[in-house]
Formats: sequence, C-alpha cells, structure tokens
Amino acid sequence: MAKVTVDGIEVEVPNGSTVLQACEAAGKEIPRFCYHERLSIAGNCRMCLVEIERAPKPVSSCSFPVADNMVVKTDSPMVRNGRRGVMEFLLINHPLDCPICDQGGECDLQDQALGYGMDHSRYKENKRAVKDKDLGPLVKTVMTRCIQCTRCIRFVSEVAGVPDLGATSRGENMEVGTYVERALGSELSGNIIDLCPVGALTSKPYAFTARPWELKKTDGIDVLDAVGTNIRIDSRGPEVLRILPRINNDVNEEWLGDKSRFFVDGLKRRRLDRPWVRRDGRLVPASWAEAFATIAQRLQGVPGERIGAVAGDLCDAESMLALKDLMAALGSANLDCRQDGARLDASRRDFYLFNSSIAGIEEADALLLVGSNPRHEAPVLNARIRKQWLHTNMPLGVIGPAADLTYAATTLGDGPGAISALLDGSHSFAPMLRDAKKPMIVVGQGALRRPDGAAVLAACWKLAAAFGGLSAGWHGFNVLHTAAARVGALDLGFVPGPGGRGFESMLGGRVDVLWLLGADEFDTARIGADTFVVYQGHHGDRGAARADVILPGAAFTEKPGTYVNMEGRVQRGLLAVYPPGQAREDWRIVRAFSEVIGRTLPYNDLPALRKRLEQANPVFARVGFLPRFGAGDESGPAGDPTAMSAAPLAPAVTNYYQTDAITRASPTMAACTEIYVAPTLQAAE
Amino acid sequence: MAFLDRTARSMLLGELVAGLVLTLRYFFTRKATINYPYEKGPISPRFKGEHALRRYPNGEERCIACKLCEAICPAQAITIEAEPRDDGSRRTTRYDIDMTKCIYCGLCEESCPVDAIVEGPNFEFATETREELMYDKAKLLSNGDRWEPELSRRLEMDAPYR
Repeated sequence: MAKVTVDGIEVEVPNGSTVLQACEAAGKEIPRFCYHERLSIAGNCRMCLVEIERAPKPVSSCSFPVADNMVVKTDSPMVRNGRRGVMEFLLINHPLDCPICDQGGECDLQDQALGYGMDHSRYKENKRAVKDKDLGPLVKTVMTRCIQCTRCIRFVSEVAGVPDLGATSRGENMEVGTYVERALGSELSGNIIDLCPVGALTSKPYAFTARPWELKKTDGIDVLDAVGTNIRIDSRGPEVLRILPRINNDVNEEWLGDKSRFFVDGLKRRRLDRPWVRRDGRLVPASWAEAFATIAQRLQGVPGERIGAVAGDLCDAESMLALKDLMAALGSANLDCRQDGARLDASRRDFYLFNSSIAGIEEADALLLVGSNPRHEAPVLNARIRKQWLHTNMPLGVIGPAADLTYAATTLGDGPGAISALLDGSHSFAPMLRDAKKPMIVVGQGALRRPDGAAVLAACWKLAAAFGGLSAGWHGFNVLHTAAARVGALDLGFVPGPGGRGFESMLGGRVDVLWLLGADEFDTARIGADTFVVYQGHHGDRGAARADVILPGAAFTEKPGTYVNMEGRVQRGLLAVYPPGQAREDWRIVRAFSEVIGRTLPYNDLPALRKRLEQANPVFARVGFLPRFGAGDESGPAGDPTAMSAAPLAPAVTNYYQTDAITRASPTMAACTEIYVAPTLQAAE
Repeated sequence: MAFLDRTARSMLLGELVAGLVLTLRYFFTRKATINYPYEKGPISPRFKGEHALRRYPNGEERCIACKLCEAICPAQAITIEAEPRDDGSRRTTRYDIDMTKCIYCGLCEESCPVDAIVEGPNFEFATETREELMYDKAKLLSNGDRWEPELSRRLEMDAPYR
C-alpha cells in the first residue's frame, strides 16, 4: 500500500494504482476524457492533469503510478491553468454545434468546458472537418466532433474483441474509423455510444428524438436474454425512447447488448391493445367482459387434465405464479415453460442454474462450452469470458458448431461424441481441464433442445464432477439460458405437476384449452385444430395469430416485475410507461379472470402477490443479492450419459437480433438482421 | 373664523371652479388617447408580442430543434418533436406553442441559438375560440413570413444591447 496525500487528505491505495485512482479514493473529482475504469490506459487527452510535489510540470494522473509519500494537488493554480489550456486545445477543433448534437445535455465535454474551461475562445482560424463514417444501422457518427480519446477503439478491440475500429494518420489529421468502410461487427457496438465523451458517436435510431432532460428514467431489468442486465428505461410520456445500461458489477458491469439497447421501436409496433375473440374463424375486437365470458364458457365442463398452460420467454414471475395458481384452481397440472423443448431438470436448483455465477467467470481457469454460442446467446456474458481469457489466457474449449467467439477457443468436436471422449480422458483437451482448479462447464440450450438433451445434461454434470468442477468452494456446472423467464419459471415450478403433461404432450389436441402466456417461440400449427387457445401477451405474433381469445398484456417496460436471471439472481424492474389501450398488467388479467370463473385468487395487490411469491419459493425474498455456493450434492440430473446421439449440436440462436415477439416487431432489429445475419445465412446456403 | 371662511368658499363654489379650471386646461392640451385601431402607440423593439418562427433568406427554416426554448419555458407552453429530415438535418416535426399558457416572458427568444423563435411586435391576435390560440408550426412559420421585415429590423435595432 502506498500512502498518498491528496489536497491534504491522506489516503492509502494499493501499489501500482494510478494517481487518478488515489485522487478518487480521496473523493476528489478529476476531469477526464480518455480514461475509463474498464479500458486500458491511453493517457492522450491530458485533461486529468494534477500537480505532484517536486515534479517540474503537471502530470497526467491517469497514467502516472503512485509512490509512497506522494503529495498531490488537484486544485492548485498550476493545475487550473493547465486544464484550462488543455480544454482550449480540445475546443480548437471541436465544432460549436451543441444545439444540434444529440449528446447535448449529457456531454462530458460540455460539462467539463463549463467547469474547467475558459469563458471565451481566442481561436479565430478555420476548424478541422472530418468526413463521417458509416458504422452500420446502430451507430451514427459525426466525426468532426471527435476529440480522439480512443475510448471506442479500445472498447471494440479489448472488451468487444472485434478490432474493427482504429485510428489513421496522426496529429491533427488523426481519424477514427474502420479504414475500409463496413458496419461494426459486434453485438456490443452500442456501448461505444455511451463511452464516447462527446457527440461523435450517437445512436442512429434515437437520432434527434429527445433531450436527456425531457426523459423520465426508470430502473428496469432486460428480458431479451437471460443475463438479467440492469437497464435504465428512458421514456417520455407514453413511449419508451431509449434503453441504457446501469452499472452492476456482478451482472453486466456497464455493458449492454445491441439487441437489448435498440429494440425499443418494437415496443410501439404490432401491439395488442384490446381483447380479441375469434368468431366464425375471424378475430374480432371485444371487450374484456366478452373475452372473459368466452373463455369461461369454453372452460365449462372441461376437466382439469384437459387444460394446459405454457409460459413464454419474457414473462415476469408474478404473472407466471398467478397463472400457475389459476391452473391449480382449475385442477390442472399441465404446465410448462420449456416451449423450445429444452430437457432441463427442475428437480434441483443447481441443475438449471449458471452456478459459477457471472462474476465467478473471473475466477475460472478453464472453460468448456457445450452447444452454446455465448456471443449470440448472452453477449455481455461473452465479454466477461473474453475478459478472463485476456487476463489469464485460460484454455477454452467448444463442443458444437465452430463460431467466432471473439476469443481463441479450441473446437473439440461438433457433436456430443467429444463429451464422451473427454469423459474417458482420450481427448487432448482433457488434461487441460484436469489441470484446472476452477473449471467451468457451460451447457447451452443448443445441447438441451435435442431429443437426447437430458443425456447431454447428465453427461456434462458428470464431466464437471470428473474434472473437479464440483467442490465445496466451487460449482463449475453451468447452464446458459437464452430465455429471461426460464429460471424464474423453474423456480416457481412452472413444470408439469404430478400426472401433468409437458409442453410436447399438450400439443396435437391432447388438451382442450391451452393458455399461452406470451409463448410465441414454437410452431403454432402443432397445436391441435380443436384446441381452444387463449393467448395472453403484448405483441401480435405467432401465438396471437393462432389464438381464439387474445388478452392484451403488458411488455416488460410496462409492469413492475420480478425476473430471475440465469445465475438465479432475483431482480426487480419497475414500471416505466403504462400499457397501451386496454392492455393490463398480466397478473391482474389472470386475477380478474379467476374472479369471473368464481375461483378468486387470494391476492388483490402486488405486495400480497409478492408475499405469495416468497411462499412459493423463498429465493424470491432475496432480491438483487446472490449468495455464492459450492456443490453440495454430486448426484447428477436424471438422464443416461451414454444415451447421447452422435448428431452434431445446432446453435440455439441463429439470429441474434430477432429472438422474440418484441424484436421481431422492431424495424431497427430487422435492419440489423438484413445487414449482419442475412449475408452469413446466404453464405451458409 | 374658520367656519366663516369655509362657508364663504362653499357659497362662492370655489371647489367647482377649481375643478372646472383643470378641465379647461386639459381641454386645450394635447390628447393622451389615440384613435385605436386607426392609430397605434409606439412600441419598443424589445416588445414581446406574438411568436413567430423565422427563416433564412434562402427560405430554409431556422429552427434546428435544439429544444432549448422548450426547456427554458417557465409556463411549459412549448412542445417540440424532432426527427432527422430526409437530408439528414435536424428539424422539428412538431413545434407547438400554447398561447393561452404563454406568459410572454421572452425567454424562448433569448435561449434560441439561431434566432428562430422570436416574439414579434404583433399584439393583435385575439381569437374567437380558444383552439385558435394553440399555435402549430405552420402558423408560427407563416407568422414569421408575414412579419419578417419587422422582425429583422427590430433584431437589428436591439443587437447593440445584446
């Protein structure tokens, strides 16, 4: 530890820290543009100048290591003068177009020019002009505004792992760009918008839409993948305008995937804003009372075992619990949340969780991905794997289709045969796994959706056990989910009860009434022709097209909801805007319907429902906090590891940009699909 | 004595005469009233009257949708929506002023970086219905077109003091 005095305040910081970190520890604010906590140090903006005693001139604090007994001054005349000079240099070429700049109001340069700059300009000459670059459908560039901090370059090459951006020329002629014009090929490209301290990189879909001071900020949880990214929903009036990440070091650090950031225009299109009832083969608008009466009438005389319910991928725990309770009241045990047919074992919690936890990836020293492409299934988590790989160069293996994961991973085989080879130790990757103290086995949905999914799951558990992944201090068995609602549903037991039917056996007319709670991710033609389908959801997608009664629900931005991410972390999102038209919060719909059929559910408000949630599973009482645990019981999930077929594993997500009803309704995501996904699909054909 | 004095004055109608003398004096001085609406009083170049959105001499509208006027408006009378125009420039798709809310403080004009929104010299815009006072962009731009010679002249006159 080094003892540093900052403006008379004594602080102790670890050796090797920078002066800037010491100043922050002392509570002093240091202006900066190029420095960022999660990126490497560049030291090229010179804004963070401080005075250090016995140093002849100001030093840039972000790149200067501390020494013991160092005395730092952050507000001396020399420092103020230095910063004013740096600011003047930065503003030489920065255009004064704040009124038309989308960063206006949340711009680091604006704020710091006010705080540290001069009140007027002495510069009378011409300013530099730089041609804008086309970085694809998501990021808009106004390169004249660039102050060459290189944060974006460092982000895409270090965190995103796609070295698309770079700088050409030097000095005043330096330009940031892709050199050969192309769209940024990263699923995390939207984060460079947040990182850019000026308005050089802004959001293209959000261009000129609103000013930051007009927006209402609401804390939310992203549901478009299973990471449970903490987001901030910015809304104005009745519409959500943009989504930004919130900092949560245990989940998403401060990153957000492009799909979760840019899908917002999908929330305004194809919405179900009123109930519909099918009459004579056509859906006609109806009132809530008519819709409920139609369902109640159809339910009359139907025995419980002929009624089923399927929960979709975007549901909150509250609505799933309400639906489960309704099904129990109707005497039905036909419940399922696994509409993709994943063979998940719900009998024990660590059979379906990402047990090592997302932050735990930074402790792992070997990692094996089975049937998973985290780059497309959970890009933020993939960035975490890449970070650990960069730090430790840990061995990474992939079983499944070869893909560019942004880090060097050895492809061990394209089918489950490689798991068997690892188990009997004959594979060349086995010694590397054996040497690891904290190995991680990550099973993706691509491996579990197959008919032999249970066998693969059991084999992977066995693999984790065999290579020391299951110890008291480390749980190395991980399931990587793609659906945000999945873990919550499994925690609530939204799976077939005793004697109940699973998802597959509810199809083909084996139930008379099927209640789809936002379930769109399957071929609805497989539902029997005579089955009466109730679709409760927010977008007119596959499920709504097949439905006999449509109950308009709320999207995740429109209701307070509890979500459990893949590591089992319970998180709560708040209501940002109200649902459109006659749409209502989902649990209220179920609750209201239960009254119509005379089996009123025992909760009237959200606190009562959440109390019931805690009763159903005590984990729901633990919001936000995730205890780390080791493996207690080595006995694995049901399934015969030897029954694996040799068929190659298929990716679970083929189109990252369109995975659910909301993103399929979004024009921005359609544009991304056309640019990023369509060419690769064509090439594959 | 005082009683006699007061009685004498009232008997001789002293107050009445003094009052009539004042009346007579004003009868011969210049009139303060003007024959409105045929005559109008002078107004300062800083007069804050009806709003207008101005254009550049080449016909391009000035407003760039920076929303500073919307932000500064203490009565929250201004509503702006913006999106990129076909040529990529930042323009308003909606610029509404609720003239019934407006308190004519002139902050919108002061905040405008391009002198687009101005409060002109016109104060005669009373309407028969309330709805007519909800100005939209077309109305504001047509105000600007109609008043542009006046508007530019008064901006010019006020420029030395800004």
